[in-house]
Amino acid sequence: MDLNVGWFILLGLLLAGYAVLDGFDLGAGILHLIARTDRDRRLFMNAIGPIWDGNEVWLITFGGALFAAFPMAYATIFSGFYVPFMALLFALIFRAVSIEFRSKMASAFWRGAWDMGFFGSSLLASFLFGVAVGNSMIGIPLNERGAFTGTLVGLLSPYALMAGLTVVAMFAMHGAMYLFLKLPKGDMQDRIGNWVWHTWGLFLVLYVLGSMYTLVAIPRATANFERHPWAAAIVILNVLAVANIPRSVFRNKPFQAFVSSGVTIMALVFLFGLALWPNLVTASNDPAHSLTIYNAASSPKTLWIMFIIAATGMPFVLSYTIAVYWTFRGRVELREHSY
Amino acid sequence: MFDVVVLSRLQFALTIMFHYLFPPLTIGMGVVLVYLEGMYLWRREAIYETAARFWTSLYAVSFAVGVATGIVMEFEFGTNWAAYSRFVGDVFGSALAAEGIFAFFLESGFLAVLVFGWDRVTTRFHFVATIMVSLGSIFSSIWIVVANSWQQTPAGHRVTAVLRDGQPWIVDGITVLRAELVDFWTAVLNPSTLNRLTHTLIGAFVLGSFFIMSISAYYLLRGQHEDFARRSFTGGLLFATIASLAALVSGDSNARMVARYQPAKLAAFERHFNTGPANFFFIPGGLSLMLEGDRRAEVVGLDRIRPEYRPPVLPSYWSFRLMVGLGVFFIAITLYASWLRWRGTLFEKRWVLWVFVLAVAGAFAANELGWAAAEVGRQPWIVHPGVGHNEAGRIVFDTDGFVQYRLEEGLLTRNAVSESVDRSEVLGSILMFGLMYALLFWIWIYVLNDKIQKGPQPVHARERTTTQSFFDTAAGRTLHEESLSEAKEP
Repeated sequence: MDLNVGWFILLGLLLAGYAVLDGFDLGAGILHLIARTDRDRRLFMNAIGPIWDGNEVWLITFGGALFAAFPMAYATIFSGFYVPFMALLFALIFRAVSIEFRSKMASAFWRGAWDMGFFGSSLLASFLFGVAVGNSMIGIPLNERGAFTGTLVGLLSPYALMAGLTVVAMFAMHGAMYLFLKLPKGDMQDRIGNWVWHTWGLFLVLYVLGSMYTLVAIPRATANFERHPWAAAIVILNVLAVANIPRSVFRNKPFQAFVSSGVTIMALVFLFGLALWPNLVTASNDPAHSLTIYNAASSPKTLWIMFIIAATGMPFVLSYTIAVYWTFRGRVELREHSY
Repeated sequence: MFDVVVLSRLQFALTIMFHYLFPPLTIGMGVVLVYLEGMYLWRREAIYETAARFWTSLYAVSFAVGVATGIVMEFEFGTNWAAYSRFVGDVFGSALAAEGIFAFFLESGFLAVLVFGWDRVTTRFHFVATIMVSLGSIFSSIWIVVANSWQQTPAGHRVTAVLRDGQPWIVDGITVLRAELVDFWTAVLNPSTLNRLTHTLIGAFVLGSFFIMSISAYYLLRGQHEDFARRSFTGGLLFATIASLAALVSGDSNARMVARYQPAKLAAFERHFNTGPANFFFIPGGLSLMLEGDRRAEVVGLDRIRPEYRPPVLPSYWSFRLMVGLGVFFIAITLYASWLRWRGTLFEKRWVLWVFVLAVAGAFAANELGWAAAEVGRQPWIVHPGVGHNEAGRIVFDTDGFVQYRLEEGLLTRNAVSESVDRSEVLGSILMFGLMYALLFWIWIYVLNDKIQKGPQPVHARERTTTQSFFDTAAGRTLHEESLSEAKEP
């Protein structure tokens, strides 16, 4: 295994880490308006309060690692998706501000406005991630220098929009699972219990439709299974994880349900990586223009140095991420320092 | 006139200057928080905890805005400067990724403990978390200054053809080039890194301490929280005096470095058009004296820089001049205030306190102006090419008398933008950032003001009357549950 492959896997892990972790707090945002009273809305925000910021760092580190390991792909993706990424930045900043400032003033108008902001920005960010994934799956037009030559409208194809909706449903489901775990027992938690079912059902429908659409429309996505038949195990794991969600909810094991939705997301990220492999950006017009893990990579020396940096840093990152989650374990309570 | 290059530069300037209001403030304040929590652990006096909680609440709001606006910066290298990213990714990307792995996780993880952990973790663990956040923000500044310094004075790399299937990659008859890392530590410790990092951190300490003095002076003028304000002001003043003096020393050292590696920038700072003895401000021959120890020594002027490689003179000149002017003002005012404090009359001099209430604006401005001078002075290059030096370390000139650049190492800003992005898209995003940052700025000021008006809340009255340390320890944890340091509206 060479370093290029190693970095492809590492980026996959960072992306999976991001999707699983920020997925539930984006999901909590998508479900935010279900809570009607101020207390319930504060409970929602405080359930993700101490950790959403750290979760977002996975995205930033993913971006930085992509820049360092595959600068050609970083440049193409970020400049090609200019408008969607600006919208994403708008959503991420607006969301941070909504969470941070909502409860600083007592006015109902102030709080209502930030509640809408939190909901809207979480929804928009999740949708845009899905659109980006969808476009990566179908490929985008690139010129011989590897620069994007398409249009904004071209990025909003039916497949990309469908991927956007699927990610929204997936994060909403994951968020519902998380809230079910973290909210104090009572009315609100019961209602979220119902939403676990709604969001799971919606995700299931979109997941099945999306899988069929992919099989029909993107033959390249499944080509890698012929070379790597063992990957079918991940598909089976994925299906089992999806099926285990209602089972664990029914048996009143919310933590197991949350882990299952996390595994579902990780399996999907894996399948996404496998569908792309060995491309990072697939050129829809001419396969020769595609950016692969070899022609888009940094020099072997940089890949090696970056590998040492990641190998030194990530154990620390994981250990204090766990320490922070451990500190804030248990069901959420409203305290004087809460949002 | 307003093409993609100009608009992308405008957008970068807008977003970085707004972002940069926050990092130096939080880096500077972080050190103070570590001190306060350390003192509380050691002395167990309630006032330290009261102070730590109050400043942490202001710190956290500023930190949050800094993080939110920081994401934009990382995206913009790719969105607006794709050609630049392709050229420098091998070197610059590594520093950025290291920042993510070593700094961002540390900051964001422990910031949660800092803000939400008061009544969930022990005082000792809270102290550790404060150190971690403070260290994280310093690590962050190290990596980003490393990355930026490499753009100013590149080292430890070579510019070479991009290979595809082992062959140089040629598009339309042009070989695609990029910078590749040769020696990591040489790139990290390039000729300007240490000078610029020191100056950046000192700037942050100046801002952090002036921020604390500004709010304390405001309380003193209004006769509120006087004990707290006097102690905070005194601590801030000591820190600010040392930092202001250090800025002078480090600034001098930076000037020598710039003279050697970026002569065009230094000439623009001083509007030094004709090679020969150079002035420093109004001191004839001052710059020559500083650099060479001789007032008549020759300093390279803009006349020895090829016209197409000269930076915009007026913005460089004014931002540099104002930064230095503010630095001198900080030294004067902190020394004067220290003298008054020593004589014990400082807190009676209302006009001095008023100066300190307002001086924090100058500290923000000095940090911004320093960076504006550094970045505008680098133009028209986005990656500055190396300057030829002879064995004695003197600048080498081409046969036609102009400063010799290793041109293949440099990248011009106008060649660095994204080819997939057009004017209207950048115009749209500038508008978006402009509106959003205006809103963000307003909210930040509003919330800061709200917290300042409420003021520090005494942690607990009992602690001050209890003398037995026995009680302190026993009460240490439970007292937190009842404290009011950051009361929320119900």
